Amino acid sequence: MAGDRFPVEATHIMMFARSVADDNQIYYDEDYAKTTEVGHIIAPPTFVQSSAQFNPNYFLRPKVGQPWFGSGKEPTGVKRDAGGGGGGGGGGLHAEQHYEYHRHPKPGDVLTVTVRPGKTWEKEGKRSGKLVFSETITEYRDQNGELVVTARGVGVRTERPVDQK
Amino acid sequence: MALKASQLKVGDTYTECLVEDLKRTQLVMYAGTSGDYNPLHTDEIFTTKVAGYPSVFAHGMLTMGMTGRMLTNYVGDGRLTKYGVRFTSQVWPGDTLHSTATVESVEDGIVNLKVETRNQNDAVVLSGYAAARVDS
Repeated sequence: MAGDRFPVEATHIMMFARSVADDNQIYYDEDYAKTTEVGHIIAPPTFVQSSAQFNPNYFLRPKVGQPWFGSGKEPTGVKRDAGGGGGGGGGGLHAEQHYEYHRHPKPGDVLTVTVRPGKTWEKEGKRSGKLVFSETITEYRDQNGELVVTARGVGVRTERPVDQK
Repeated sequence: MALKASQLKVGDTYTECLVEDLKRTQLVMYAGTSGDYNPLHTDEIFTTKVAGYPSVFAHGMLTMGMTGRMLTNYVGDGRLTKYGVRFTSQVWPGDTLHSTATVESVEDGIVNLKVETRNQNDAVVLSGYAAARVDS
């Protein structure tokens, strides 16, 4: 499977760090970063999740000229069960996420992202009906073909929205 | 500011407040940088009227990202070798979160940590583990 090209950029790292409420200078201040053990700006631990930005077909991003299931004139822009992921009456939620760091990405890296499916399993949930879990393994390799981060995500589709008690 | 193996004991803990009164705008910021524009996180009308939830709720990965700040503040920058979590309960606007790392073992220059993030009602919203390189 051809991987998406994920250029790691300093501005994206700065904005990502802000979005997870992390004001550590190593994520935006090059002069400060030079004085640290690492010696340069690095990406926060969960930054590679933003490779979704570089997946041209990512299903949770509105695309020009295509229906979008979020609200506009109406509470949803698509007919029932036309929307992908997290749509009406339950849908997809993120259950687990695991990272193994071979090193931490830095500005200038150009990562190649390859995704392969893992296991699938089912469970009966008290608060949301039948749960279907599916695993995805994502490898992020750098411009030299070296593995940088290995990620394993588990998504769950629920029969109905999770009860809030 | 890296940790030293000789100064760590099993059961040591480190806690940080991740956020007080989580704002919807923070969810918008996370959607914008991560690229996950699922309306469940930013679109109150869709989420309440179509998806059937009481309000928008945080991306699990936002909680994992904020918990990551607690970890890197504790173990030092660039030191994490593993970090994994389960999302055990949803996080809502208005929530206040605290996160704790607990030392489970220290061996071969690696500290293994248990990681837990709780909300203002003491419910666990994220539970997991991390490993990091430490100095001798």
